[in-house]
Amino acid sequence: MSYSDTELLAVVAARQLAGVTSVFAGVGVPLVSAVLAQKTRAPQLVIVVEGGSMGPRMVPGRLPYSTNEMRTAPRAQMLPGITDTFLFAQRGFLDVGFVGGAQIDPYGNLNSSVIGNYERPKVRLPGSGGANDIISLCRRVMVVTMHERRRFVPKVDFVTSPGFLSGGDSRRKAGLVFGTVSRIVTHLGTLAFDPECRRLGLESLHPGVTVQQVQDNTGFELPVPKDVPVTEPPSVEELKTLRSIDPERNFLG
Amino acid sequence: MKSADFVEARRRLEAKPQSTGDKLTTLTEAVGRVRDGDHIAIGGCLFSRSPLAALMEVLRQGRRGLTLSRNLMCYEGELFMASKAVDGLMTSWFDIALPWGLSLKLREEVEGGRIRFEEWSHLGLGLRYRAGAMGVPFLPTLTMLGSDLMGVTDTRTMECPFTGETLCLVPALFPEVALLHVHRADRFGNCQIDGYPHMDTDIAKAAAAVIVTAEEIVDEEEIRRQPDRTVIPGLVVDAVVEVPYGSFPHECYGLYEADFAHFEAYTDAVKARGTGAVNDYVERYVHGVSSHEEYLALFGEEVLERQRRCAEELLGPR
Repeated sequence: MSYSDTELLAVVAARQLAGVTSVFAGVGVPLVSAVLAQKTRAPQLVIVVEGGSMGPRMVPGRLPYSTNEMRTAPRAQMLPGITDTFLFAQRGFLDVGFVGGAQIDPYGNLNSSVIGNYERPKVRLPGSGGANDIISLCRRVMVVTMHERRRFVPKVDFVTSPGFLSGGDSRRKAGLVFGTVSRIVTHLGTLAFDPECRRLGLESLHPGVTVQQVQDNTGFELPVPKDVPVTEPPSVEELKTLRSIDPERNFLG
Repeated sequence: MKSADFVEARRRLEAKPQSTGDKLTTLTEAVGRVRDGDHIAIGGCLFSRSPLAALMEVLRQGRRGLTLSRNLMCYEGELFMASKAVDGLMTSWFDIALPWGLSLKLREEVEGGRIRFEEWSHLGLGLRYRAGAMGVPFLPTLTMLGSDLMGVTDTRTMECPFTGETLCLVPALFPEVALLHVHRADRFGNCQIDGYPHMDTDIAKAAAAVIVTAEEIVDEEEIRRQPDRTVIPGLVVDAVVEVPYGSFPHECYGLYEADFAHFEAYTDAVKARGTGAVNDYVERYVHGVSSHEEYLALFGEEVLERQRRCAEELLGPR
């Protein structure tokens, strides 16, 4: 069964949630992945959405466009206020966070604020929203993103959401006692951080993708391990379930 | 952006005549409390339970020099910029929502250096309202640390006197006005909200003046029957107005879903004609009508009914 880049990304991200108790996810592909995980490998998964929804069972074909609307609420277990939702993360209850960004650097720092200078930017982007809080407060965070050279840059123009900052123990030194960025999941493969210097390297490749292809789509050098594991292709069941969640392809493109 | 400190905010509250009496009034009179230069904190979030009827009335009354704060800001921010009513925006995120792309109006204003735009993290701004609601000068948090957001906002770090860990401190925010839309209130201003509470309770307690629009004004006995549902007490509220569909075309939980087709038409117009389309929208939906009833008539009964059915399909009958 053939599949699109976005579908592959959603399936691979969903697999990351096997055995996970809770995921703090934003709308778009992260949320589609979380719903897919709930319907496949992680039936007990509690989805948490920053607008204030814990444990919803979202309606296929009626996925939300924002984190705050009633489409995010069906059959939820709790609808806390927004501040209190984030405080569950600050207290340490939330397992995995899914975030994205317009730019990402070799230390996993994300920019969703500006392209260019902050005061007089070339492009003013929407901003942090909950991304900064999710990456600062969840136990572990995965960045879920399309793999494009303009996105993977040597230095982000603005650190909206802190990854490992300048590497080493700089994240811890800034006061970020808890949480970590565990992995970058893209439509080409997965990237992981060196345990010491905290720089990104290639971790695995998706079916049919070459190391060269990943490097060409990354704006900085990626260390490559000797034997690179290759991802299992999306199964028919995974794809059918995924397509049933977003039949109008509002998020799958 | 300046805010009263906690001492000033407390004195301001004590100096204000407090009432436990009838606060039921008209939209025009309620919104007439807003002054040029005020900081208005907006309830709801993005396109959910936005006090749009009240915001449109602020524009209709021609206020200038305002600061708006809201955790996620939707196109109401564009309408205020197009009306030249606002000098500063404080938010964590500004856009209509994911599928409709970047806000062209925001881009023009910020990239052109024409507006002060202050970006906080979602929780960071939420805790500013919470500190205001608590009447304390700041709150410590573990968010925003290490990010560049700390360099562009009035945050501080401190070494925790108990543990030695580094904490981020966010200052209390005390807006001059809170504009909120709720599901039901009585004439004394006791408010009940269904579904997402968002940040409305904190915003109400932090602000110097609280203006509430409600889908329905109910008898005080109905409030007293379910006092556990009351999230804002009348003591906190200055004016309350009955405004059915007061968030439309944004959503009101359980009652009507947001009119996405309307968002689509609005953003299509901006894409086709540039931000002049935002001014046209203001002409039609703000100045082209003289009341909320006339405003709703622009959408038509059929659309309102359709959006009611959408909400019912999603969450069941209310």
